[in-house]
Amino acid sequence: MPGPGTAGVRDAASIAGWAEHPTRVGFFTDTTVCIGCKACEVACKEWNDVPEDGLNWLGSSYDHTGELGASTWRHVAFIEQRRPLGGQEAHQERRAAGTAAPGIPAPSERDHEHGFRWLMSSDVCKHCTAAACLDVCPTGALFRTEFGTVVVQEDVCNGCGYCVPACPFGVIDLREGDGRAWKCTLCYDRLKGGFEPACAQACPTDSIQFGELDELVARANRRVSQLHDQGVHEAYLYGADQDDGVGGFGAFFLLVDDPEVYRFPPDPVVTTRDLKSMWANAAKAAGAFAAVAVAAFVGVRS
Amino acid sequence: MSSTEVRLPGVPSHDGQRKGRGERAVVPDMDVRTYYDRPVIKPPTWKHWIAEYFFLGGLAAGSSVLGFGASRTGRRKLARRAKVSATGAIAMGAVALIVDLGRPDRFHHMLRVAKPTSPLNVGSWILGVYGPATGVAALSDLLGVMPAIGTAAETVAALTAPAVATYTAVVASDTAVPAWHEAHDMLPFVFASGAAASAGALGMLLAPAGENGPAVRMTVLGAVGEVVTMKVLERRLGELGEPYHQGKAGMLSKAALACTAAGAAIAGARGARKRGAAMLGGGLVFAGALLERFAVLEAGKQSASDPKYVVKPQRARLAARAAGEPEA
Repeated sequence: MPGPGTAGVRDAASIAGWAEHPTRVGFFTDTTVCIGCKACEVACKEWNDVPEDGLNWLGSSYDHTGELGASTWRHVAFIEQRRPLGGQEAHQERRAAGTAAPGIPAPSERDHEHGFRWLMSSDVCKHCTAAACLDVCPTGALFRTEFGTVVVQEDVCNGCGYCVPACPFGVIDLREGDGRAWKCTLCYDRLKGGFEPACAQACPTDSIQFGELDELVARANRRVSQLHDQGVHEAYLYGADQDDGVGGFGAFFLLVDDPEVYRFPPDPVVTTRDLKSMWANAAKAAGAFAAVAVAAFVGVRS
Repeated sequence: MSSTEVRLPGVPSHDGQRKGRGERAVVPDMDVRTYYDRPVIKPPTWKHWIAEYFFLGGLAAGSSVLGFGASRTGRRKLARRAKVSATGAIAMGAVALIVDLGRPDRFHHMLRVAKPTSPLNVGSWILGVYGPATGVAALSDLLGVMPAIGTAAETVAALTAPAVATYTAVVASDTAVPAWHEAHDMLPFVFASGAAASAGALGMLLAPAGENGPAVRMTVLGAVGEVVTMKVLERRLGELGEPYHQGKAGMLSKAALACTAAGAAIAGARGARKRGAAMLGGGLVFAGALLERFAVLEAGKQSASDPKYVVKPQRARLAARAAGEPEA
């Protein structure tokens, strides 16, 4: 059921039972203005005291982080594509208007044909409205905060690892040598102090925007319209639909290619959505098991 | 087409018109687009302990119902041995689960809350009832004390055993792992069958001649069920069932099938009469059920590690929705 909010954003904290709580907050990551500086990754590690988890050359463009994990709570993806550029490049628009600045060469037809584009995107925990990690956690270590975010209590987690394969985005993981599950807290401590999360504060281009979620969704919709007007017709929001398989993301994205290109699942679903039918099947199987036990004795002599 | 490739000038393009004269593609055509072929979801971190925990829970559950039936029908030796087996199995299963924890000293946090949305939490509470009941039933029988309490305990154990045999399938299915989640209709039947088969097999190995009839029948019924339900599971999964046939999981699966089928044939034909046949048939079925749990764990890991099993069905779902088809 949708909660209050101008953009229909669900009130995750109320659903979780918080009586009084602040408005739900989250991230809007506009990947079209990401410059791949990784300041978010650094700021996150610094503020949250996340340990180093490998200094590697991965051979995947400028991405030497790889993916989100127990000790990577922000991850900048680098995608190189041989594709003609859209209108997102300023000089093209000016060229079209006949006002290209002197000294800036207009892209030749050949450049256009062999166009090359970067996609850069800073990934983070989605803080799902219907969070599988939180649902399956047997200890209650994962919980819904008053801000509508999802956080692990490190003093409760016993490292069972159930949240790891439950997450449809491959975000949360167990930390080697520590044994517990870790992920982005949306800087819970900073939120409590009235500050924005470290990654959003560090982002030099406002690719990462923090704020009240309904406000962010409205702003993101305006940004999509703006991009469409500029000729970037493929721009769309990923995770802003409150009726998707996870009830909408608390951290959603503006993308210009298929989600899987950025290592996002195209249609994520919270696994617990099927829990009733899972238990119903288990009950039938339990019945069959009992029937086998009875059958084992009926009419047997020895 | 993969989105991650970078093509140099003169290297043929993948998307659409391939230029040039028979130039070879640098990247093979792929069904799905990925981010450097990285998995979309995280593979389970569960180690071999979890396969053993799945197996031992089933073995205990099967042994409890076998022991209960044996008590009711006057097969006293089979009853005692099955109840002791159940206690040993569930104790070892609990240890396996605890050893797999990242923080084993916090195992009791499992019972810190009662949480219906977490099958592992629900299962912990089921074990919290079943485990002590099983232990009391076995102790009462072994020591010959408090028979009324012993009977009550073995009844509680037998009544909770079907849940113990099947909840672990819900634990596995309630994840984003395609080979487990999409198998949530059949996985409980595979686990229940394996539970009956392994417990019957252990009963055959332990029961004296003259009392092993029910164990033989339980072994055969369970083994046949395990083979059939596993086949149905794989067929229903279609392409998502590939991990059950490939790599390490495929080898484990084949070995499990061979052991279970051969063991059931031997047990069914001569297990009730010949001690040697009972030992061989029971041993094979027991091994088959254990191997099957390892196969399921491994198939889950393989399924989660290949992004195509995550992306393809979701793409198909989106396409179906766009075409206006109802949700499956």
